Amino acid sequence: MSYVLRRLLMFPVVMLGVSVFVFVAIRLVPGDAITAMLGTESGLLTPAQRESLTAYFGLDQNWAVQYWRWLTGLLQGDLGLSVTYGQPVSRIIIDRFPLTLELALLSMVIALMIGLPAGVFAATRVERPSDLIVRVFAMIGQSTPNFVLALLAIYILSVVFGILPTMGRFVPLTEDPLGNLAQMILPAIALGTAFAAAVTRISRAAMLDILGEDYVRTARSKGFSQRYVIWRHALPNALIPVITLSGVEFGYLLGGAVIVEQIFALPGLGRVVLDAILQRDYALVQGVVLFIAFNFLLVNLLVDLAYAALDPRIRYGAS
Amino acid sequence: MTLLSVRDLRVGFGREGHETEVVHGVDFDVTAGETLAIVGESGSGKSVTAMAINRLIDFGGGRILGGRATFDRKIDLATASEGQMQRLRGREIGMIFQEPMTSLNPVLKVGTQIGEVFRKQHGLSGRAVRDASIRALDRVRIPDAARRLDQAPHQMSGGMLQRVMIAIALAGEPRLLIADEPTTALDVTIQAQIMGLLAELKRDTGTGLIFITHDIGLVAGLADRIMVMRGGEAVENGAADQVLDRPAHDYTRHLLGAVPHFRAGQAARTDGARTGQVPALDVRGLSVRFPVGGGFLRKTRGVVHAVDGVSFDLVPGETLGIVGESGSGKSTTARAILDLVRPSAGRIETGGTAAVQMVFQNPNASLNPRMTVRGLLAEPVIAAGQNVDADVLERMRTLLGRVDLPDDLDRFPHEFSGGQRQRLCIARALMLNPKVLVLDEAVSALDVSVQAKVLDLLVDLQREFGLAYLFVSHDMAVVERIAHRIAVLYAGRIVEVGAARDVLSSPRHPYTQKLISAIPSIDRRRIDYTLDTEEVPSLLRPVGFVPPDQTWQEVGPDHRVAKEPLS
Amino acid sequence: MAVLRALLRHTSGQIGVVVIAVFAVAAVLGLLGLTPHDPLAQDRLARLQGPGATYWMGTDLFGRDILSRLMVGIGQSFAVALLSVGLAAGAGTVLGLTAAWFGKLWDGAVMRAMDVLLAFPAILLALLIVAILGPGLVTSVVAIAIVYTPIFTRVVRGPALSLKTRSFVDAARTFGSSRRYILIRHLLTNLVAPLTVQITLALAWALLTEAALSFLGLGTQPPSPSLGLMLSDSRNLMETAPWMLIFPALVIMLSVLGFNLLGDALRDVFDPRTRRALA
Repeated sequence: MSYVLRRLLMFPVVMLGVSVFVFVAIRLVPGDAITAMLGTESGLLTPAQRESLTAYFGLDQNWAVQYWRWLTGLLQGDLGLSVTYGQPVSRIIIDRFPLTLELALLSMVIALMIGLPAGVFAATRVERPSDLIVRVFAMIGQSTPNFVLALLAIYILSVVFGILPTMGRFVPLTEDPLGNLAQMILPAIALGTAFAAAVTRISRAAMLDILGEDYVRTARSKGFSQRYVIWRHALPNALIPVITLSGVEFGYLLGGAVIVEQIFALPGLGRVVLDAILQRDYALVQGVVLFIAFNFLLVNLLVDLAYAALDPRIRYGAS
Repeated sequence: MTLLSVRDLRVGFGREGHETEVVHGVDFDVTAGETLAIVGESGSGKSVTAMAINRLIDFGGGRILGGRATFDRKIDLATASEGQMQRLRGREIGMIFQEPMTSLNPVLKVGTQIGEVFRKQHGLSGRAVRDASIRALDRVRIPDAARRLDQAPHQMSGGMLQRVMIAIALAGEPRLLIADEPTTALDVTIQAQIMGLLAELKRDTGTGLIFITHDIGLVAGLADRIMVMRGGEAVENGAADQVLDRPAHDYTRHLLGAVPHFRAGQAARTDGARTGQVPALDVRGLSVRFPVGGGFLRKTRGVVHAVDGVSFDLVPGETLGIVGESGSGKSTTARAILDLVRPSAGRIETGGTAAVQMVFQNPNASLNPRMTVRGLLAEPVIAAGQNVDADVLERMRTLLGRVDLPDDLDRFPHEFSGGQRQRLCIARALMLNPKVLVLDEAVSALDVSVQAKVLDLLVDLQREFGLAYLFVSHDMAVVERIAHRIAVLYAGRIVEVGAARDVLSSPRHPYTQKLISAIPSIDRRRIDYTLDTEEVPSLLRPVGFVPPDQTWQEVGPDHRVAKEPLS
Repeated sequence: MAVLRALLRHTSGQIGVVVIAVFAVAAVLGLLGLTPHDPLAQDRLARLQGPGATYWMGTDLFGRDILSRLMVGIGQSFAVALLSVGLAAGAGTVLGLTAAWFGKLWDGAVMRAMDVLLAFPAILLALLIVAILGPGLVTSVVAIAIVYTPIFTRVVRGPALSLKTRSFVDAARTFGSSRRYILIRHLLTNLVAPLTVQITLALAWALLTEAALSFLGLGTQPPSPSLGLMLSDSRNLMETAPWMLIFPALVIMLSVLGFNLLGDALRDVFDPRTRRALA
């Protein structure tokens, strides 16, 4: 109870910290605020226009006032206006987020479907050849950056096998599910591989630890089979670190895959952030970055609550 | 009828073909309704032997290397397949483990963990599982069984969890029950509860019991036969009375002799008369309280009165034993004197800085593993602002010699045994010439025969340096050997205090009486343990609670008892 | 010394040490300018040449030697990784140690601040910092250091909290040892193991992040060679000049793998449970 409450209370506190961090970071960008906000287009402004804009955006006020106005706007769903897109930031996010979410979900499905069984399997055959093979693959998977894997995958498919990955216009899931999947599967594999490797390693380690616990010995003393002991007694305990890791990785994937989206020409959140930074569209940077951090914190809040549901020690605030 | 017959059982650990043998051929029999106690110190192979019988050893990297273990005159457990063993475990052979706190699955409800046995072993389902589980908890005297089924293990006390473990082990109605140090992690009064329960079950069900323990005094009350193990071999095996009264092997005699056994005050020290000396330590009205549940945006739910109005004094050359069970406040009292916890009230007078030093329970944890003997012994000197000069090095060497350790300042703690490490801790505590040593469970983590040596050393040092000891312990037999006076702590307050001999031979407070009657002893055979399932009272009080004053009754020249009723 | 010996008995430790040693030699040679060719020199007659006798790993679009550019790139990557991880480890140790020791408000403030930093994906936070400081090598160092400081803070705080309750710290307090003495002699010396493991693993991540930043054009600026830029350059030429992709990709994978293997081996070596099995 107290744990759940504490986690719920911490969410707005950290979110507030995130908003201050983003606000200050944007204002530390060199150059005056109008230039920062309008980017290269600010060069076309007359001094009078510049002054009225300064007053309009409240930039003649001090930072505290500006922050307050920004924050109250945020709470009403007003993330500001993107100059490069000529659209509200919230509109851009609504357009781009579904792709990022789909990619993140696909990657996590790949990671959990491969990683969890592989990790549990390896733990039950520790130090045998099958364990060694799993560990070698996990180690290589963990050491391959997603953008390197993406480039190698494209190279192997296009140059070696002559299959050209569909890299043309992006097809949304709602228009053509199969065409969409064909576009998404390679980026999802690129992102999911290291994720799967991490899940494999952590589930193996957790399972190994737990198989040495006293309560597993108790379960065996009751006459239960290896299969029952693993699934009923060990796995619920081993899942706790796996869920934590998956939450963190998934939360980060919701922030968009900056490089992979760029390589596969996918219009996700990662692309938006990169373009916005390169074009100095700071209202957009500010809004999207805040949205990304919000998602991350939300996912991890849910993970912590799942934790509490899974482990009564946490639920009742045992030390 | 012989239930289990073990012949030349050999067990080893390690890779196949490269095993290190740790049990070198033991023979024993267990008859239905009979209790066999296997007694030995750590490393004797007693637990390995037990786990070899139901082959749990297979999951701990071990393997049976030879011999037979015939169960029910039919099956050889040493060669049975894992499938065969799974049919026997739980159904024919039940097991209870040492640590009840870690032996139950933390994420599953207690009811689930009992119920699954009824499902597997008796084919019950639905409502019948729950009813059977409630009956199982009732049988081990767990109050409010229906509600307990829905609780998680961490919501119960250690004593209650061990009773749940017993209920689980009995759920399959096994004919053989293996209990591996089932009371070692528990307080002495809780230990008596568990022993009572096991005695009752033996009487009622005719189950064969293998009881493994390091405490030969404990099994006197329960065992029919005793097997003494050392270094993987059975040095003696016979009827309980025979082994206890006419031990044939030197090691058995050593266990019976060197190990402190409780003697109801007869073994209390007679040296060091308490005269009108100036106290080396004077504690008046010491209270330690911890707020609970307070914090950001939340109200304090209550206050734990860990120590409540404790007063005593200690004169040079004297030992005051502070005894009590977990939660009695004895360790908190010790820590408050050393300023490791902040007292909320009271006065502590010592004879100047560095006059009081402390020795902790676990010698492994109280020596920084990354420091050498030189660094460890130098620390108090550096902290006192002195230089580590030739005189200090000379003192280090003298003290090392005095506690019987090699004169080598460059060793690390892991190069010493447990008993040696504790002697190193004692040497460190003596570096600054203190007047008082606070010994917090200082011998509790040591093997029984090592305990005796450290106690002897402490008595010698006390005589030589005129030290005063505050000896905090849960172990009455140990306290009896070293204390001149004893204070009994219960729920944060002293309930009885006086000369050791008087308190131990004629306890007057109901709690002291209960505590002393719970102490196992080789003189107590086949006791009819009365089953009492009282739990330790909660120390959590509402905010603003003022404890009632204690009134004292003098019952002897140096023997006082608190008159307020047990709450 | 005992740790090093145990490490060399450990299979992944052996591989890790060898891989890292090879790359470290290449890095030092690259930084000292001892490359087979001038990494910036353009050989117009040998553009997009495959691996051969003169150019062992081939040349790029401008006829520059891939091997020489890789060596300089490794040198810069390693330098950035070492500097940034050093900074992060230092800052994280101080923050984690003081948070654990002082507790209460300071602990809350430090850990919430770290939560804020952790709410951003590493590459995004680095991008944000690059936006403020402008692209370049120094920026990469600062950005990566800030990104990994929260991880070191957590890695130090957890064990420091448990060390704080150990009896040897209690004993030190009963002697009246100073706070400085306790923090350094008792806590820090016992944190060497988790810190060493974490530093090794963080070096792998830092290499990766540096490569990602320079891939996006926000790290090392051309014409200076870097692993990320070389990969980026290979994208449109992978059909005609696959060596432009393969060699930098291998270098990144193997160096990250080397540090990961080393980190894993160190974790095993420091863990008393596995140590016994190794001895």
